[in-house]
Amino acid sequence: MAEVFEIEIATPQRLLAREKAIRAQIPAEDGYIGVLPDHASLLSELGIGAMTYTTPGDHHFSLAVRGGFLEIHNNVVRVLTDFAEKAQEIDVRAAEKDLEHAQEAMINPALGIDIAAALIAVRHSQARIDAARKAANKEE
Amino acid sequence: MPSLIDLRRRIRSVKNTQQITKAMKVVSAAKLRRAQDRVLAARPYAQSIRRMLANVIQAVGEGHEAEGLEFLVKRPEKRVQLLVVTADRGLAGAFNSNVIRTAQKFIQDNSGAEVQLELIGRKGRDFFRKRHRHITGDYSTIFQKVVRYEDALEIAQKVTERFKKGEIDAVYIVLNNFKSLMASRLVVSRLLPLEPPEKQEQIDYIYEQPPGVLLERLLPRYIEAQIYRALLESAAAEHAARMTAMEAASSNAAEVIDSLTLKMNRVRQASITREIIEIVSGAAALD
Repeated sequence: MAEVFEIEIATPQRLLAREKAIRAQIPAEDGYIGVLPDHASLLSELGIGAMTYTTPGDHHFSLAVRGGFLEIHNNVVRVLTDFAEKAQEIDVRAAEKDLEHAQEAMINPALGIDIAAALIAVRHSQARIDAARKAANKEE
Repeated sequence: MPSLIDLRRRIRSVKNTQQITKAMKVVSAAKLRRAQDRVLAARPYAQSIRRMLANVIQAVGEGHEAEGLEFLVKRPEKRVQLLVVTADRGLAGAFNSNVIRTAQKFIQDNSGAEVQLELIGRKGRDFFRKRHRHITGDYSTIFQKVVRYEDALEIAQKVTERFKKGEIDAVYIVLNNFKSLMASRLVVSRLLPLEPPEKQEQIDYIYEQPPGVLLERLLPRYIEAQIYRALLESAAAEHAARMTAMEAASSNAAEVIDSLTLKMNRVRQASITREIIEIVSGAAALD
């Protein structure tokens, strides 16, 4: 039985994290997946949402991710995402404003506004807010 | 015999040039370091996505038909797309001309097919604009700042779309790969159709989505990542080439300065000697 697994979070541009973790919650396309050591091998698309993980020292980390892929195999969890932001990098006010704008765009679709894009914007800004909040709650 | 003033002027001008080349070398060195960091930072994603893709392709291969598999099928190459990656600027030694020469050779070798060029980098555009008939597009600002993923995305979408529609039968890319400070390696490689991945141990994944669906999503990402990596590599190689070229230019300038200084000293000495002779012979005439 392994007690930890390795988590790797990468975007096309950079590696955000590669470290040991004891548990993680990851937003897959069809809902959140909870990961503990010795998880079965799994491949999935990644959704839009806030992912969190906990390192052996009981430090919590959270990030907002937007689409991509998730692979779990041999106690290595790889999160390949198109876009990721660490909670401490997120400007919550800006995210809230984005959320408002995106919701506005969905409710009153102005000319030439892509509803699907607006929906993604809503979910993404919500994910950013969630990620920042989760990080803040854990610190208290 | 050039005059003393002329020589002084020339030495000053060469010194100015040398200062510029030295400064350019330092700038390139700094840019190179950052470009190298970026190449390294992009590696984990690219490697993981490649491995995932290999697995999914094998899983899909076991039976079911899937969207995206057409990217693996070879067709007779009647129309070929070539991505030519040069720099936006010169003064980098043979960096640009090497790529251009290789591209020309590629066109010659594939004279049976219609080669369509997608020109990335201003130097390649400037060269081929008047010399080649089938140009599908050009980008001349990508390398002026940091290479953005969106640039790779745009190019990738364009070529995959055209490949899918059957407008082109294959996609190749020619670029300078960054190898080391002194050497870059010219590579011509095929992006599409994909080389079927080497057989590896099949991992028994739980698939949250059917492998076919995953494959369809993975493939574009994979091509994007490939092109992004190519752009990063080329940017790093460009800075390395410029740094080496500027280093050589600086030391050439130093040599020129040395020989001009020697010449100047000779001229000055000659004029002093001449004056002494004049004085001495004048004095001798008086005796």
